[in-house]
Amino acid sequence: MRLTLEFGGGLELLLKESVKLHQVDVTQKSGEDKVTMRDLLSWVKGNLIKERPEMFIKGDSVRPGVLVLINDCDWELCGNLDAELEEKDMIVFISTLHGG
Amino acid sequence: METIQALEKVKRTTARVCSLCNQRKAALKRPKTLEQICIECFYNVFEDEIHRVIIENNLFKPGERVAIGASGGKDSTVLAYVLSELNRRHNYGLDLFLLSVDEGITGYRDDSLETVKRNELQYGLPLKIVSYKELYGWTMDEIVKAIGLKNNCTFCGVFRRQALDRGAALIQADKIVTGHNADDIAETVLLNILRGDIARLSRCTDITTGENGPIPRCKPFKYAYEKEIEVKTKSLTLSTYAYFKKLDYFSTECIYSPNAYRGFAREFIKDLERIRPSAILDIIRSGENFRISTTTRMPEQGTCQRCGYISSQKLCKACVLLDGLNRGLPKLGIGRKKECTRENSNNQEQIKRNPENKGPSLHSKHGNIEF
Repeated sequence: MRLTLEFGGGLELLLKESVKLHQVDVTQKSGEDKVTMRDLLSWVKGNLIKERPEMFIKGDSVRPGVLVLINDCDWELCGNLDAELEEKDMIVFISTLHGG
Repeated sequence: METIQALEKVKRTTARVCSLCNQRKAALKRPKTLEQICIECFYNVFEDEIHRVIIENNLFKPGERVAIGASGGKDSTVLAYVLSELNRRHNYGLDLFLLSVDEGITGYRDDSLETVKRNELQYGLPLKIVSYKELYGWTMDEIVKAIGLKNNCTFCGVFRRQALDRGAALIQADKIVTGHNADDIAETVLLNILRGDIARLSRCTDITTGENGPIPRCKPFKYAYEKEIEVKTKSLTLSTYAYFKKLDYFSTECIYSPNAYRGFAREFIKDLERIRPSAILDIIRSGENFRISTTTRMPEQGTCQRCGYISSQKLCKACVLLDGLNRGLPKLGIGRKKECTRENSNNQEQIKRNPENKGPSLHSKHGNIEF
């Protein structure tokens, strides 16, 4: 599944490639025909993050203080971890933990 | 079970409608009210709420010169935008300025000052930059070289506070506004409780401070959640993107801050917010309702004998710290000087008091800390 990911607020510094925008291709788990936010987070942790994953992930979700938008919509309105993603979705992660 | 899953899917595809306009698609769950609203309604309620806070608390008077403490971070960027918008829309009659402090941190502040310079052009607000180097003779880079990474944030915090006041005096401002948001203030309440700092605890939730001093400060974002400021920032960067090609607010962590204590409080506040978003406003409310016993002796505000800045001691903290730096004794002014001197001079009293205190002390009650 082709997705666009954007990392901001310092999160981009945790990635292998320290850029904000990432075009990615996330494969569905075998036997599953959908990709949820839960799947995407573990994929990001395994494929994009280079250092200090605890700045991004806490437990199986994002660390509190990280804002998540799916197609410019607050992920809290989309079902959080259970939100199902679709082809060409745009997902934004912004950390507010670095202060203003 | 299947029906619940089916429902969830429907929710995702046919998105919910904004609870304010009942027309557009909801895009944000407000932490303050848990309302689900669209982005257009969010802009309106966010700006209206800031306007109401300004009016209800009489933050400004017409004709005032107001310096916006601008760091280049998201909070002050949004504050500059919202204040200039509201000033125009509601005819506050304010003269607005951007005021930045250059701490002299290579690779951090020099980059964020570029953001402030873009804000200057974008919002048409005059910008004044004051530097630690010109005010104190030291950059933060030089201070860290001299003292290491242990107490550097103390220097930076004390120096920044004065630097903003001095910068504001230079541009003859009547007031300083800062972008401190609700999350910041809740953190500060907790930190002041943890430090046992009664004096600061009693004033850290005030929306305006220093009203008796030369230049009062206020925090129009006192009740604004960080999450909403972030959403607002995102919209600002989008709308101006075409204009400034690479306009993004500055968000990298200070290269010297990994030791900062505040980070723990910050993380704790965000954990609380996830469980119950109203916790942030509740902590502010608790801070506001603290009543300090009238018999508590509070530090008396005077002025520094050397520089004239407000101070409860003979010399203000900045002058003490600067003294230490210039004399090669950078530890001077760090830690609890008062208690050290009391221990030395009142040794006998200490000995007398100790036996009485022995009963309820941590030691005897909970045993030794080494298990």
